[in-house]
Amino acid sequence: MYCQECQQRPATLHFTKIINGEKNEFHICEQCAKEKGDFIPGSNSFSIHNLLSGLLNFEQPLSDPGTAARSKQVTQCSQCGMTYPEFAKIGRFGCMNCYKTFASKLDPIFKRIHGGNTDHSGKIPKRLGNDLLERKKINQLREKLQQLIAQEEFEEAAEVRDRIRSMQQRLEGRD
Amino acid sequence: MSLERFMSEAISPWMKREGPDSDIVLSSRIRLARNLENHVFPMVANEQQAEEVNQQIRQHYADESYGSVGRLTYFDVDQLKPIEKRVLVEKHLISPNLAEDPKKSGVLMSEDESISIMINEEDHIRIQCLFPGFQLSEALTLASGIDDWFEEKVNYAFDEKHGYLTSCPTNVGTGMRASVMMHLPALVMTQKMHRIVPAINQLGLVVRGIYGEGSEAQGNVFQVSNQMTLGKSEQDIVEDLRGVVLQLIEEERSARKNLFETSKIQLEDRVHRSLGILSNSRIIQSKEATKCLSDVRLGIDLKIIEGISRKILNELMILTQPGFLQQYAGKPLSPDERDIRRATLIRERMKLEKNNE
Repeated sequence: MYCQECQQRPATLHFTKIINGEKNEFHICEQCAKEKGDFIPGSNSFSIHNLLSGLLNFEQPLSDPGTAARSKQVTQCSQCGMTYPEFAKIGRFGCMNCYKTFASKLDPIFKRIHGGNTDHSGKIPKRLGNDLLERKKINQLREKLQQLIAQEEFEEAAEVRDRIRSMQQRLEGRD
Repeated sequence: MSLERFMSEAISPWMKREGPDSDIVLSSRIRLARNLENHVFPMVANEQQAEEVNQQIRQHYADESYGSVGRLTYFDVDQLKPIEKRVLVEKHLISPNLAEDPKKSGVLMSEDESISIMINEEDHIRIQCLFPGFQLSEALTLASGIDDWFEEKVNYAFDEKHGYLTSCPTNVGTGMRASVMMHLPALVMTQKMHRIVPAINQLGLVVRGIYGEGSEAQGNVFQVSNQMTLGKSEQDIVEDLRGVVLQLIEEERSARKNLFETSKIQLEDRVHRSLGILSNSRIIQSKEATKCLSDVRLGIDLKIIEGISRKILNELMILTQPGFLQQYAGKPLSPDERDIRRATLIRERMKLEKNNE
């Protein structure tokens, strides 16, 4: 069996980490274990953030290391400048935009941390909540508008168009 | 300053009320992490960016009143003396992080100190509500109300899919950490805690020592809290935690009863020895003090000791920590000096109790 970190040397360390009741098996070589201190079993002194960082870094070797090395492009947040490796190292986002920037990598991480869950199902801020509902309604009306136009029901379509307009103005006024 | 006066100033008013199941549950806490829209999070913010957030919150909420809670007073953490910061940490009103690295950070506090709102900790806003005894739902209702009140004047970083966007991926979603502080001496004595902790972890809940992450369980006091913040509603999280806490209360009560029935004399011996140490020692380290305080508290709950109020132990667990000892002494103390002062303070406090009888 090859080391899952470098994929080159034979794996000599085999151990299991249980995170949130989920079993994760690790097979790595000694050199990689030394480089990544948090893989050494028995070093229980690490905090949740070291643990988290181990988890986030774990993302990279999963993808083909060959392509990762070839394309040196690093994902970077346009608002705060945080790069994915930085995020993986400190285990914290720099701003709300990071959630969008790293979106493609986040679901597996959230799944591990939050017992398989990736979607929020709790409270919605009141003001924003109204806006969310209204935006949904506008989208529905837009679909209806398309239908009406297709059916050549122009009079009703004009009414719907005006409703969308006034709703949009109200929303923008609130922003 | 007399001990009586010092205590009346040192102990948070909310702690003086006795809550439900307070023989086992010391306190219940809800914390909500929130961030403002379009501002970088405190960890990467420069001074100016951090100050902007701080100002925006201060301008809306400092000296404002919220319902029955009353006025919120603002404190600039940078301006506090090291001992004052330490005292706030020991009272659980600010986190150790905020005390260590107070970059443009502050705290809004209610009069009775049951509410503290940290500004520019790991997240822009951290709303914390503390209740005596087992009152998780009550704490959630209050925290959620304050959250709504904040949201009237500031825009939160929120996303339909991920919920409240937080600095740490472990808080995203509800941004809520619900925790209950429990005194579980009988479960420790009967070595049941070893089996219980992993079982609780399986349920997505965490058990740790009272000072949070990485800390040991001092004086048999454990904090049980939720780990997951995504995928479940706030009410469901609180309900799940409530279920586990109720079970722990049952287990602890039955372990106490069992101990009392099977090893009464050993238990009495242990409790009275601890009482003896607290009443007579001239030098006492904090570890020994909390151990003895835990024994005496158990003794009071089991009516092995009478005439001492349960509250004095809650008080002493707080008062005998380094920050408070130094505040009471009015000067910085070396560890050795603290051990002497600690012993003196505990003796004085015990005497006070006797005089009031």
